[in-house]
Amino acid sequence: MNKEVIQLLVDNTSGVLSRISGLFSRRSYNIESITAGVTFDPKYTRITIVASGDDEILEQIEKQVAKLVDVRNVKVLKPGESVFREICLIKVEADESARESLITIANVFRANIVDVTENSLIVELTGNQSKIEAFIKLLGGYKILEIARTGITGLSRGCDDVVWLD
Amino acid sequence: MNGADQIVKCLEAEGVEYVFGYPGVAICPFYNSILDSKVKSVLVRTEQNAAHAASGYARVTGRVGVCAVTSGPGATNLITGIATAFADSIPLVCITGQVNSELLGSDVFQEADITGAVESFVKYSYLVKDVADIPRIFKEAFHIASTGRKGPVLIDVPIDIQNGLAKKFEYPKEVKLRTYKPTVKGNALQIKKIVKELDNARKPLILVGGGVILSGACKELKSFVEEYSIPVVSTMMGISTMPTEHPLYFGMVGNNGFPCANRAMKEADLLILIGARVADRAVNQPDAITKDKTLIHIDVDPAEIGKNAGPNIPIVGDAKSILNDITEYEIDGNYGEWIDTLNKYREELKIVRKTNPKFVDPAGFITKLSMKMKDDAIYVADVGQNQIWSCKYHIVKQGRFLTTGGMGTMGYSIPAAMGAKLGCPKKQVIAVCGDGSFQMSMMELATMRQHGANVKIIVLKNNYLGMVRQYQHFTYKDNYSVVDLDGSPDLEKLASAYDLKFLRVLNDNEADKAIDEFLKNDESYLMECVIDPMDLV
Repeated sequence: MNKEVIQLLVDNTSGVLSRISGLFSRRSYNIESITAGVTFDPKYTRITIVASGDDEILEQIEKQVAKLVDVRNVKVLKPGESVFREICLIKVEADESARESLITIANVFRANIVDVTENSLIVELTGNQSKIEAFIKLLGGYKILEIARTGITGLSRGCDDVVWLD
Repeated sequence: MNGADQIVKCLEAEGVEYVFGYPGVAICPFYNSILDSKVKSVLVRTEQNAAHAASGYARVTGRVGVCAVTSGPGATNLITGIATAFADSIPLVCITGQVNSELLGSDVFQEADITGAVESFVKYSYLVKDVADIPRIFKEAFHIASTGRKGPVLIDVPIDIQNGLAKKFEYPKEVKLRTYKPTVKGNALQIKKIVKELDNARKPLILVGGGVILSGACKELKSFVEEYSIPVVSTMMGISTMPTEHPLYFGMVGNNGFPCANRAMKEADLLILIGARVADRAVNQPDAITKDKTLIHIDVDPAEIGKNAGPNIPIVGDAKSILNDITEYEIDGNYGEWIDTLNKYREELKIVRKTNPKFVDPAGFITKLSMKMKDDAIYVADVGQNQIWSCKYHIVKQGRFLTTGGMGTMGYSIPAAMGAKLGCPKKQVIAVCGDGSFQMSMMELATMRQHGANVKIIVLKNNYLGMVRQYQHFTYKDNYSVVDLDGSPDLEKLASAYDLKFLRVLNDNEADKAIDEFLKNDESYLMECVIDPMDLV
């Protein structure tokens, strides 16, 4: 099984996200994460999908999404030539005694503390997936109450394969 | 002018002749507007058959088939027909009425989320939210349905949009779709590679599928293979690309195909697939078509290339355009020896059927029928044992052979034949079905009568769901379950109820005379052929 980050530029029509996620479910493709957001041109949405499968399946995924009428462009973001980021919010049980050590760990990872209550705090971390996983592992000694991850979004480096929208 | 008037104007602008459908409150504004138009409405007797009739019409005319039904159950009944057209790549525009926009999502009477429900069976779908969008949406829908890999497009129109006040009608001259641009022209480098492969091949073979017919490339294919003497086999959907008795045509491949066609597939050193999608019934072992041979796959849908078998040379584009481009090259190949071998196989591997003289032999009967049919007749086969007999024993001359090879929807033949007859009123149109499939669509006898669609229908009667019975014979050792059709109507009485001429054929001796009578005039006819219930395909 290989993992691939596929990025789509799609028409910003109602139902476009369900058309794409529906395609994955009905053809039994594995989807690990999907993120969507409008581009600077509000006619288009950029969708980043992390999919997994063997090479033939991944090729089929690219072809099948390209076939959807709403899809303007499909590109595979290669790890060496792209920047990937994910945001993760982690709510940890933390009374006064645990707070300080948690803040220290967060600082090392350049994570932000975005909410503090008497017995919990929320840490916000941005980074690639391995950084986030390493951070979560490091919190093993604490009680994690909730985690929310956005899934990967990304852009290819440089100007070479920028799709110019008309 | 309201939205419904605009929809009718769009259909007129597209040159639509017929709308197959079934009204209900949510589509009534449309059916009110259509009265003032030259576009004719055909009232089918159940919505599924509206899509099948539109499919038959589309396939013989090369145009887009149109259907219009109401919301809720009307729309959901249409789904099987839409799915059939999708699997067979038939261009349709399906209009569904919908409840008032403001009530959408509140589960009111006859509301169904049809755009959601058909998502996986359509090329595209629209829910119209603004009456001003109607001309653009219809222009796009017809364009999407009829270009690239063809298929159905659904337009869901809430009743308030149909009744909404519209400005002056202006139909767009061009489609502005930023995201949809199917490839037509094949890559020149890849085409050169085909020529080179043909130069080097000793045993080339072309496998044609429905895509060749859909792109209107039968003539181009025929002249190409004739020029260089390249043998051809076909999938079920590719039948009638070439005349059956053409010396270069070696029949249908696959589980139910001809042994000599399958042998040719196995032994070829160069296999060129054109508009064929390596589906399981045609190619049950995709690995076998890449082993020891060069595979070239030509298809307008890039996703079909490499889906089931990885070709050495993929070419995306329209079959007609690519065939035209290939003929600009000289091919230096001599395949005489290969043709001789295949002709030898054709003789050696002839199918010998056991027949029971107490009944009509469906194989012999179908061949006899096709020899007496007009050269350009349209033959529509249903689904079941009858479909396989039709595929194997119908002799296509200059006519067309229609069936649903992709979805295999029982009951397809009668409505599809009706649509075909309305599309080509001067041609002889014959539907051949079993007694199971006949009973799935027999309500359309009324539609045929009402609209003067003089289809000739043959029912191969064995009182069984024969294909399933055959499967149970082999797989469950004759443990038949839910396959006998006891309780079926007396077809003679049924024909008389619909004011149809009727003939019953009990054995082969009666066949010739019966067929002559059956085909004599351009009038509807129902013929029942009693076949051996235990017969196998």
